[in-house]
Amino acid sequence: MELMSNLADGFAVAFTWQNLALALMGCFLGTIMGALPGLGPSNGVAILIPLAFTLGLGATPSLILLTSVYYGAMYGGRISSILLNIPGDEPAMMTCLDGYPMAQQGRAGEALALSGIASFVGAFFATCGLVLLAPQLVKVALLFGPAEYFALFALAFATLGGISSTNQAKSAFAAALGLGLAMIGVDTQTGVPRFTFGEVHLYDGIDFLVAIVGLFALSEVFIFLEHRGTDRDISTKPKMEIGRIVPSWSLIRSCIPTMGRTTVLGFIAGVLPGAGASLGSFISYSMEKRLVDRDGTFGKGDPRGVAAPEAGNNAAAGGALVPMLALGVPGSGTTAVLLAVLLALNITPGPLLFTQNPDVVWGLIAALFIGNFMLLAMNIPMVGLFTRVLLVPPRILMPIVAMISFVGIYGISGSSFDLMVMVGFGILGWGLRKLDVPLVPVILGTLLGNEMEVNFRRAVNIADGDYSVLISSPLTILLWTVAAVGFVLPILVGGLVRRRMRMARDAKGGVRD
Amino acid sequence: MSDRIFGGIGLVLAVIFAWQASIIQESFLTDAVGPKMFPYIIAAVMGLASIYFLLKPDPEPDWPRGGRLVEIIFAALVMLAYSQALPELGFVIATAITASYLTWRLGSRPLESLAIGIGTSVGIYVVFRLLLGLSLARGPFGF
Repeated sequence: MELMSNLADGFAVAFTWQNLALALMGCFLGTIMGALPGLGPSNGVAILIPLAFTLGLGATPSLILLTSVYYGAMYGGRISSILLNIPGDEPAMMTCLDGYPMAQQGRAGEALALSGIASFVGAFFATCGLVLLAPQLVKVALLFGPAEYFALFALAFATLGGISSTNQAKSAFAAALGLGLAMIGVDTQTGVPRFTFGEVHLYDGIDFLVAIVGLFALSEVFIFLEHRGTDRDISTKPKMEIGRIVPSWSLIRSCIPTMGRTTVLGFIAGVLPGAGASLGSFISYSMEKRLVDRDGTFGKGDPRGVAAPEAGNNAAAGGALVPMLALGVPGSGTTAVLLAVLLALNITPGPLLFTQNPDVVWGLIAALFIGNFMLLAMNIPMVGLFTRVLLVPPRILMPIVAMISFVGIYGISGSSFDLMVMVGFGILGWGLRKLDVPLVPVILGTLLGNEMEVNFRRAVNIADGDYSVLISSPLTILLWTVAAVGFVLPILVGGLVRRRMRMARDAKGGVRD
Repeated sequence: MSDRIFGGIGLVLAVIFAWQASIIQESFLTDAVGPKMFPYIIAAVMGLASIYFLLKPDPEPDWPRGGRLVEIIFAALVMLAYSQALPELGFVIATAITASYLTWRLGSRPLESLAIGIGTSVGIYVVFRLLLGLSLARGPFGF
């Protein structure tokens, strides 16, 4: 029953007025950010990290604030999917399939409420799974030496693109770019400057927060500048009637088996490396369609088609926290951003986190539970308010996003140099997005680069310069094998998965047009 | 074609990276691996990926036409100027100008953008400086 006492301690940490207020604020802000076109969980959290940092909040409070934002944004993402047929982020895509037709039938309120409940179920049970699974994984992780960690980092990069990745060479390039950026600055082991070109500002290395905010937030501003006035401009879409917002009990009950199945499936997808939330929602939807769609109502506004991807998606988001907390290796873009939060607070995630900072871990887990209930309580009655957020036109929103990014970075360092580097990253991020190069490996590279190199060098140094130590133990061989399979598999089957996802969308597109 | 150019740039970048790694001044107190090895591996991965782009480019992305590209470059220049002007002009003035420019380019009418810009700037100042106590850039007027 050690688990229960740990959890009780966690709740004791989280149940202070300040932390509860932060969780409430985070949920509220997060839902708004998730609902806003052009802001998703990753860039929402990215903008707020430097702010939480400069506000001088302690580790646990900032973590509570930012994870509440993360969960809130996952909730909020469905609002634009259902009302506008525009997914806020990739996992929300499947929610469009049945959510938008429901909205067209005047049942938008019901769809929103139902998806809120499904999100709650998925996230709640995934957090329970996190509590049970993470400590077990920690026991395994304590067996890891430097060589195993090096292999694990390689595994994270190899599988980051996920099964639906379009071009593995581009993921590899992005990872190398990020790792290369991390090399800039004084070498931590021998103290010699590397890649600094004699520029004093670069001796400390590039702050990963500057890179994250530039790549995620500023590049979005450039994307909007590019698409102004074209058909990708959201402000031209018609307005939608909300309808009743409280779904009937029979409607909820008809969705319970669906939610149960997809929660389990989504959680597993989230824990596995390289699957992530978008696959979680996709396989949840396809499985449900195959299991319960007897009358062919999926894709035409079936409530179960809304519940399935939402429960799957949120369960996967919770599942993705397991490897992030227990191993220090994130499996998706948003968890990579949360890793940045921890690193910015000088907390190194991984097995030692559970023994050295139990208050942080269990406080965070308790905050996830609390945030979940807050989101459910907030989302059903206030859904009307959140939908109004969609009316804020990007031409007003985007300058605010840009200016707040500047405020956050300037608050950390107070240097114009960092701001200019951030603008550079914004342009870089825009270019890479145009070329279909994923940004998450770049971020993960800048975050983990030094840690990865330290483990690499430590392993080889312990073995007196013998490089074969990197693949000597059974565990390293296993990790490298999984990494290789994870890297090669998308090349073989990725096209198939993508076609399926597109087909599901096109079939529905036919109904819409 | 874009991917080929990108591959070329990537290859050049990888070579420069490897060259810069090779001229790292090693100190006499070094470990068995040294500060160069890991950068070499990175350069190799980057180089290989770039060669792949050269050989098998993806379909052409949808590049914006001339005017829009200038638009983006200009916005970036304004942001760079903002970075420099922030300590000189102070937060409120510099931000009002930059936000006005951005909202104007995103489609607000000229007078309207001025109002939005000033509103954004003052709004952020009130929330972050007066309510949350964050340190923002102070210009000659103290705000």
